[in-house]
Amino acid sequence: MAIVKIPQQKLEALTQICRSHHNQAGELINVLHAAQQLFGYLPAEVQEVIANELNISLAKVYGVVTFYSFFTMLPKGEHPISVCMGTACYVRGAEKVLDEFRRLLKINIGETTPDGRFSLSCLRCVGACGLAPVVMVGDRVFGRVSPDKVPDIIHEFAPEYTV
Amino acid sequence: MPPTNYHLLVCAGTGCRASQSEAIVQALHEALEHHGLLSHVQVVRTGCFGFCEQGPVVKVMPDNTFYVQVSPLDAEELVAEHLVKGRRLRRLLYADPLTGHAIGDASDMAFYKKQIRVALRNCGFINPENINEYIARDGYAALARVLGELTPEDTIAIIKESGLRGRGGGGFPTGLKWELTRKAAGTQKFVVCNADEGDPGAFMDRSILEGDPHSVIEAMAINAYCTGASAGLVYIRAEYPLAIKRLRHALEQAREYGLLGENILNAGFNFDISIRYGAGAFVCGEETALIHSMEGGRGEPTVKPPFPSESGYQGMPTNVNNVETYANIPIIVLKGAQWFRGIGTPSSPGTKVFALAGKVNNVGLIEVPMGITLREVIFDIGGGIKDGKKFKAVQTGGPSGGCLTEKHLDVPIDYDNLLAAGSMMGSGGMIVMDEDDCMVAVAKFYLEFTVEESCGKCAPCRIGNKRLHEMLEKITSGHGVPEDLNRLRSLAQVIKDTSLCGLGQTSPNPVLSTLAHFEHEYQAHVNEGRCPAHRCKDLVHYVIDAESCIGCTLCARACPVDAIAGDKKQPHVIDAEKCIRCGACLEKCKFGAVLLT
Ligand SMILES: Cc1cc2nc3c(=O)[nH]c(=O)nc-3n(C[C@H](O)[C@H](O)[C@H](O)COP(=O)(O)O)c2cc1C
Ligand code: SF4
Ligand code: FES
Repeated sequence: MAIVKIPQQKLEALTQICRSHHNQAGELINVLHAAQQLFGYLPAEVQEVIANELNISLAKVYGVVTFYSFFTMLPKGEHPISVCMGTACYVRGAEKVLDEFRRLLKINIGETTPDGRFSLSCLRCVGACGLAPVVMVGDRVFGRVSPDKVPDIIHEFAPEYTV
Repeated sequence: MPPTNYHLLVCAGTGCRASQSEAIVQALHEALEHHGLLSHVQVVRTGCFGFCEQGPVVKVMPDNTFYVQVSPLDAEELVAEHLVKGRRLRRLLYADPLTGHAIGDASDMAFYKKQIRVALRNCGFINPENINEYIARDGYAALARVLGELTPEDTIAIIKESGLRGRGGGGFPTGLKWELTRKAAGTQKFVVCNADEGDPGAFMDRSILEGDPHSVIEAMAINAYCTGASAGLVYIRAEYPLAIKRLRHALEQAREYGLLGENILNAGFNFDISIRYGAGAFVCGEETALIHSMEGGRGEPTVKPPFPSESGYQGMPTNVNNVETYANIPIIVLKGAQWFRGIGTPSSPGTKVFALAGKVNNVGLIEVPMGITLREVIFDIGGGIKDGKKFKAVQTGGPSGGCLTEKHLDVPIDYDNLLAAGSMMGSGGMIVMDEDDCMVAVAKFYLEFTVEESCGKCAPCRIGNKRLHEMLEKITSGHGVPEDLNRLRSLAQVIKDTSLCGLGQTSPNPVLSTLAHFEHEYQAHVNEGRCPAHRCKDLVHYVIDAESCIGCTLCARACPVDAIAGDKKQPHVIDAEKCIRCGACLEKCKFGAVLLT
């Protein structure tokens, strides 16, 4: 396992998060949410600190992190792209949109572009089914996306990309 | 006419916000300022109006004018015409798709005519971030009545008599559940609101929490009074940031007003609510899994009994109800059980909220009386199928449900009828499919979901669903054999019979119901290597009809892999070896020369 040292400042913020949840094992999921917000992802070192603080085994923390799809142990791209694969989006052609992102960015679901700009994932329903198919890039929601709009979306975040 | 008393209601639900409703609010403010009306007219951000298809929506009250697809650029004209000159801005009115006439008053729209709003009574009418607006519409009056006049037993009797059944999917009688929790022994009890809403393509609970969070808070307090609980928990999906924000805000306001906390309404009753976040696991909607997740662990279900009402959160009696179930409570307490029974059918009184989506014209959130038919929902409210295509099926109950077809269109919707028809009510997702959808691929889509979401605790679900999915993959990729259909059936039955929790017990339903109603489509895949809907990529072939092709070269230029050859003004040909079946040529061809076989 690669040893990533957590910068002192962030380490303090992390223990502070645990303390604000009273270092209680029952608050594990809330702690992980806050930690992922701080680090962007949950590498092993972060999980170790949390296990120590909440006085539970690292295996338990790891078990929870890997159970929930919201938590990730890999850093995401600068602009995380999520294609909605909920049923409403699926029947309105979300698969083709996803294929187009894969083709143009040359990455698969769960991967990040080598330059770290974009990562690609699927999610299930953001609740904007009226606008299906829906794509989220960071916090931005794009509705009624068709494959030919995919290059425009990429360009909006990375004008220098030639796609 | 001095334009006093006007209210401009702007939908600030997730859907409309995604299409700029926040910018519309800003633009309306600017326009009002420009006309010197800022102090006369209120702009209110409300919850969802339901008509998401035509969003962003702006409603003008009191004359109930409904403007659709509004853009920030329209704000100035809207204010100048409607508020200053007092006439409706026709350009932005909704045009009836049948007659083409512009409809001014929302209550004249077919979309709303057959709807009855009970659970959604305040959504789209009040500002969800202002507790006073909720109170002005009889908010917290039910809690006051219960605390002041009724015993817990009286209150439970009202709920029992109303016949309200759980809206989270199972349809368990709500009053009975409350009674069981009340009678269960325990030093402490809990009230839980299930806001996990995992069914993809459903957004009922989200809209209630975004549009009317206080109704849920009030109902949880009433429940606590009845069951003897002192603490409440809302378990909500992390994917719903706006609903979370509104709920937190509402909780703070309720505390400020003494409606949560100690000695509520001076009745010596103490109760407060905290929030727990989901982290993206569908199975956590199942109540035992939800409880384990709230305790900070993996969201794996456990065997029932014991039911949560006996032994739930921290081993204590816990009453779990769905968001929409709670939203019904205050109005039942105020208007009475008989009023509620007057809506719906005898075995399923009241209304149900559905998220209507897929291939219908009017995608949106609707609330209809139980007993309405699918035909009325899809064709009257939903405005029929998109692009004039033919209706094929509708899936209710999400990944646990089944598809219903043409022959079920006149079945009155209630819990029991949907079960009898091979589907289920579920939480309210309703996905409409048309002739272009391949039912085998749809079954595979749902199975993909189940395989991903199975918690893996028990073998039938973990392994069985994976095998089911593999068989469907085999069939849709053209390698299926006739025996596969019986294998599908028998494996599906084993999974249903032997899985531990509701997820596994219902996961084969999409396969079984598509097999029951669309066996001919499965047959075409396995016997003829053909996908009748042309959806399964490996079973469709693109060819160019030499007669219709004029050699315009558009398709050849659109093809991403250069699979199309041909000289200008000569018929083109597709190289089947190179073709990746992306469909680009089909979309580009203006002469209908690209055919699917
Ligand atoms: C796999 C699975 C997923 C479920 N998802 C939800 C859900 O998202 N929301 C919900 O309210 N109930 C869901 N339920 C039903 C709950 O277990 C429980 O029955 C319900 O919350 C009880 O509330 P009610 O009686 O008010 O419907 C789910 C059940 C299963 C088996
Ligand atoms: S049926 Fe599936 S989801 Fe339910 S406990 Fe078994 S493996 Fe988990
Ligand atoms: S299914 Fe995509 S937003 Fe709901």
